[in-house]
Amino acid sequence: MWTWFYKLASPPYVYGAAAALAPWLLGGSAICILYGLVAGLAFAPPDYQQGDAFRIIYVHVPAAWLSLLTYIVMALAGAIALIWRIKMGHAVAAASAPIGASFTLLALVTGSLWGRPMWGTYWVWDPRLTSELILLFLYFGVMSLRSAFEDPARGDRAAALLALVGVVNVPIIHYSVVWWNSLHQGATVAKFGKPSMDASMLWPLLSMTLGFMLFYGAVLCMRLQGEVLNRERQAKWVREAIET
Amino acid sequence: MTGNGFWSMGGYARFVWPCFALAGAVLGWNLWSARRHHVAARVRAARLLAMARQQP
Repeated sequence: MWTWFYKLASPPYVYGAAAALAPWLLGGSAICILYGLVAGLAFAPPDYQQGDAFRIIYVHVPAAWLSLLTYIVMALAGAIALIWRIKMGHAVAAASAPIGASFTLLALVTGSLWGRPMWGTYWVWDPRLTSELILLFLYFGVMSLRSAFEDPARGDRAAALLALVGVVNVPIIHYSVVWWNSLHQGATVAKFGKPSMDASMLWPLLSMTLGFMLFYGAVLCMRLQGEVLNRERQAKWVREAIET
Repeated sequence: MTGNGFWSMGGYARFVWPCFALAGAVLGWNLWSARRHHVAARVRAARLLAMARQQP
């Protein structure tokens, strides 16, 4: 197990693994998203209260979950890079940040479009919405901080520290609907015991979520290849890789 | 669901379809941006290699 972990510290190994994994992850993601779209849009019945507006769940929830997962990956990668001085950790964190920011923005905008017909407003300073907006600002902050230093190594360390501090926001987002009175609905799928959704609505949602996560994996691999090349451009293996 | 019912989304079409269109745009942007990032890095590395070769 540790051999595998140490291999992850090797840039040529990470570059090769990312190149090999990306097409498989992208293919799996396309299949899951296609099934989720067809089953969710055409075959799932309308919700008894929200009608067809509930179908926004098939993009809103996967995007919101992915925004949290990406942040956790980014903070973990930053922590690994800081503790074990594994440079690839910074590369993973740098590659994850723009992906996470785009999915956080998607979660906020789709939530806003869902809120208009259900709550009568596009935006309200609700704990869940506000903490998700803070997550978006954290992503922007991490990206800005990384590029604010002339020395890239210092930028990486500062961004990793900010990502680690900001990870406290993740449980706040998740439990905001439990801890405070919130307009946002509580947990529907990710709750202990039986999810309060019918299987015909749940399966497309799970498929879309898996599809979004595989998509994140694929895009992360593609971005990671660029990050590794940028960071290792003086290395002999990069010259050999470019020549071939 | 019938054809008309599908597109009108029970009267919520103006909220539902923009969400899916935006999701498509975000997925597309991520793919394009990741590909561009990788290609730009390869070009930079190749340029560096060419410069190193030109030096005596």
